[in-house]
Amino acid sequence: MSDAAFEVSGLRSPEGAAALIERIRSFAIRPIALMEVCGTHTVAISRFGLRSMLPETVRLLSGPGCPVCVTPLIEIDRAIHAARMPGVTVATFGDMMRVPGSRSSLEAERAGGADIRIVYGPADALAIAEKSRDRKVVFLGVGFETTSPAIAATIIEADRRGVENFLVLPFFKRVPPALEALAVVPERRLDGFICPGHVSVIIGSNAYEPIARRHGIPCAVAGFEPLEILAAVAALAEQASGRAAGRPARVENLYRRAVTEEGNRRAQEAIEEVYEIRDAEWRGIGTIPESGHAIRGRYAACDAREALDLEVPAAEEPPGCICGEIMLGLRLPDDCPLFGTRCTPRDPVGPCMVSSEGACAAFHRYERSEH
Amino acid sequence: MNEERIIKLAHGSGGRLMHELVEETIVERLANPILSALGDSAELADLQTGSLGRIAFTTDSYVVQPLFFPGGDIGKLAVAGTVNDLAVAGARPRYLSLALVIEEGFAIADLRRVLDSVAVTARDAGVRIVTGDTKVVERGAIGGLIVNTSGVGVVPEGVRVGSGLAEDGDAVIVSGTIGDHETAILIAREALKVAETIESDCAPVGRLVEAVLDACPDVHVMRDPTRGGLGTTLNEIAFASNVGVTIDETRIPIRREVNAICDILGFDPIYMANEGKVVVIAPSVRADDVVAAMREHPLGKAAAIIGRVGGRRGVYLRTEVGGLRPIVMLEGVQLPRIC
Repeated sequence: MSDAAFEVSGLRSPEGAAALIERIRSFAIRPIALMEVCGTHTVAISRFGLRSMLPETVRLLSGPGCPVCVTPLIEIDRAIHAARMPGVTVATFGDMMRVPGSRSSLEAERAGGADIRIVYGPADALAIAEKSRDRKVVFLGVGFETTSPAIAATIIEADRRGVENFLVLPFFKRVPPALEALAVVPERRLDGFICPGHVSVIIGSNAYEPIARRHGIPCAVAGFEPLEILAAVAALAEQASGRAAGRPARVENLYRRAVTEEGNRRAQEAIEEVYEIRDAEWRGIGTIPESGHAIRGRYAACDAREALDLEVPAAEEPPGCICGEIMLGLRLPDDCPLFGTRCTPRDPVGPCMVSSEGACAAFHRYERSEH
Repeated sequence: MNEERIIKLAHGSGGRLMHELVEETIVERLANPILSALGDSAELADLQTGSLGRIAFTTDSYVVQPLFFPGGDIGKLAVAGTVNDLAVAGARPRYLSLALVIEEGFAIADLRRVLDSVAVTARDAGVRIVTGDTKVVERGAIGGLIVNTSGVGVVPEGVRVGSGLAEDGDAVIVSGTIGDHETAILIAREALKVAETIESDCAPVGRLVEAVLDACPDVHVMRDPTRGGLGTTLNEIAFASNVGVTIDETRIPIRREVNAICDILGFDPIYMANEGKVVVIAPSVRADDVVAAMREHPLGKAAAIIGRVGGRRGVYLRTEVGGLRPIVMLEGVQLPRIC
């Protein structure tokens, strides 16, 4: 039996954090707004209480970094529609279960008898398809570039093994086009992006060069430990003060133990083999050009939208929900009139509250004071 | 509050939903001052006992799955849990009832194992099972076995503890590592392959509590952080006492393996049930005495002061990196059927 001593790793040391806060203070003389676009960062910032440590001049905004949150309402309805079809099994990550659709949710459908299974990855869904050849297994492909290569690899494998009943709903999206869209939101200027750790492992830190060059927004790729996040904030604060003096914006990779400039070539090749780029709708934000994928060529038969009739009525967002504005960084979760009252984690209205990585869920869990 | 029409698993989790059910649906219909206090045990002050003290009475049902787990089983849990509810009310536990609801098809050999655990744990705790009941229900109804124990104990004169008695400046003390029980159950239930066996901390803490009261008769609050864990218990105390509580993440005793598994699986150890631990809130000048008394006892070797009462109302965590954030009341279920 181990003893009860609590272990503090180097990337969580309070002394290291205090030093970084000092550094941030020295550069953030004027107010700056920094945005992260990664659900894991959203949670880490809240869980470690990092906002409570930062000077008032630094605002940390949470962007559309939660892939569940940006899946359009109509796609949720399509997934539900598929689940209701006889002979169809829907396989999904757990986070999607409780997202409210227009009239129902996957969780409610499962309680009503639909065959919906929670999986931890696309390979699990392929395994289900192989075992149940008489059923069409539809995998809800939700995610960003961290997930899409694995899905591509699974599609290739399904093709190789002749598992024709394995289908995918290609909901996954691409982060850099979203950053371009966020960079030009007129109501709110951004002074920096904290770039997502895992996505960057795949796409490489060079992927953010256009954001820095074309839009003049500094970018810092960050890991998930609190000191790594604070180091990214410090780097961005320093760049912001440099920008004021006329220096150009740069991309800095502060997660070198996992991220290279070029990224993971094999993963990128899998993406290129299976997908073609197309425009995609991001819930609450609208259509972002070239931010999504369609399944191409020889693999197109596994696109569930081709294989099944998933026609559903137009979807209307629930009244009062401001998830879109929150994901654009224009409002904070507790600006929403529904936050904590009509919309709670156990009874959510919008996607930001359902997903464990959603801005509203993280805020409700870690930053709300209720006494 | 949104109208709840059917009972959900979350209603049994020890978090906010359960509190609402208990207060708004159950207590409201049965209200009397003793029940409304909603202590771990009820004090029956009007029952005359001469100089013995006040009688405390409590009950609990045990629906844990699986029935047998590393560190214990439903029998041990059924005794320890009820003994502990009496102990943290300041009572010396004396007598237990034992009601069994058994599913048709349950192996009698397993029933014997459970009852042997009951006997051993009762002996360790110094209590006697004096009455009981046995029912059998159809196959498929309940997961094998459900146990209820009710317990009676005596609170000595001069001992007064309660969730509403915490005061600014008090120290917050925990008797050992948190999250062990629910983590052990989680591993057993999901049949996870983990390098080191994590055992439930399930144990009667009556004698540990006696040692604490001997060292410090004027502790203010004692609670056992079961369902909903330390986080929920501290919220209940902060609310009942109308105070603020801040605890220090680096001071909370936790096994490295428990921390790691919770991290990987997305559970927060602050909310994980404990079945052999005590949270004590005591005047700060007595805090070291309380910790020393706990550490003398086999169940309290890892006891530590983890925080203070004071400041803005609510419960807060000073994070290991130096930040500050609220510890909110858990909304619903982390894991069903853990006790």
